[in-house]
Amino acid sequence: MTCTEFLAQLDELIDDEVTVSLRADLEEHLRECEHCEITLHTTRKTIEIYKSHEIYELPEDVRTRLEQAIMAKCRKC
Amino acid sequence: MRRLLPVNLCTFSPMSTIQTSGTEEVHPDVLLVERAKQGDVQAFEKLVRQYDRQVFRIAQHITQNREDAEDVVQDAFLKAYEKLDQFQGNSKFYTWLVRIAVNESLMRLRKRRTGRMVSIDEDVETEDGSMPRDLADWSPDPEAQYSQSEMAEILKKTIQGLPQGFRVVFVLRDVEGLSTEETAESLGLSIPAVKSRLLRARLQLRERLAKYFRKNGKNGGGK
Repeated sequence: MTCTEFLAQLDELIDDEVTVSLRADLEEHLRECEHCEITLHTTRKTIEIYKSHEIYELPEDVRTRLEQAIMAKCRKC
Repeated sequence: MRRLLPVNLCTFSPMSTIQTSGTEEVHPDVLLVERAKQGDVQAFEKLVRQYDRQVFRIAQHITQNREDAEDVVQDAFLKAYEKLDQFQGNSKFYTWLVRIAVNESLMRLRKRRTGRMVSIDEDVETEDGSMPRDLADWSPDPEAQYSQSEMAEILKKTIQGLPQGFRVVFVLRDVEGLSTEETAESLGLSIPAVKSRLLRARLQLRERLAKYFRKNGKNGGGK
């Protein structure tokens, strides 16, 4: 397996959507290729970091104001 | 090609509503939607409280503007309320709502750009070029190198640099947790298009974050 072929399956591997035999091929490539191992590990870390940090928070006071505005209009519908 | 997503709110078939075969669990949203359809405003209020943060985040990622994102929250929920009769339950309420929110966000962008059409395909390169790869490993705990506010800035700046069509796919799939199928439905894209954009988005984000997180790299780039 080449690095290009490995990268084409990267998402499936991360999302655990590979067959047993494909997983074995991908893991064999990883044992031989430090670059792809790093790419896999750091791509997983990228996703994890974005999942765990809420970069656009909706402050509670703004949230309350928006909800009140929405519901006031809904009641008039 | 530039196009607005067609929000055809009438296309959901009435095949799967709350009538289920007995063993199938009914999603709590379905019951709330049914109550709201019958005029129970408090049921709709629960749906608003359940999803307003997510709608805000998605709108902010697309519009890149706080005021617009707040307006999108209001407009998307109002539109959903007005069109509730057209929601037949063939998809999840949340997926249907996200589709409305994405369209409202694109409308806002269009207004800011004085009427120029805005598309989810914006800035997306269609050719499959190979990407350069940063091959340095990251620090074992890259986040520990930065304060919370520094991290927030890095993550914002990094994701804002992605083409919009990649950014929104990454946000829906990896941040908001929609499935590939739900993301495709929300954005009016094919499943292969979602998969292709997700891979490129993940790799581009990884590449951009590498300059901050690589071993011994705190001052190595970008700041």
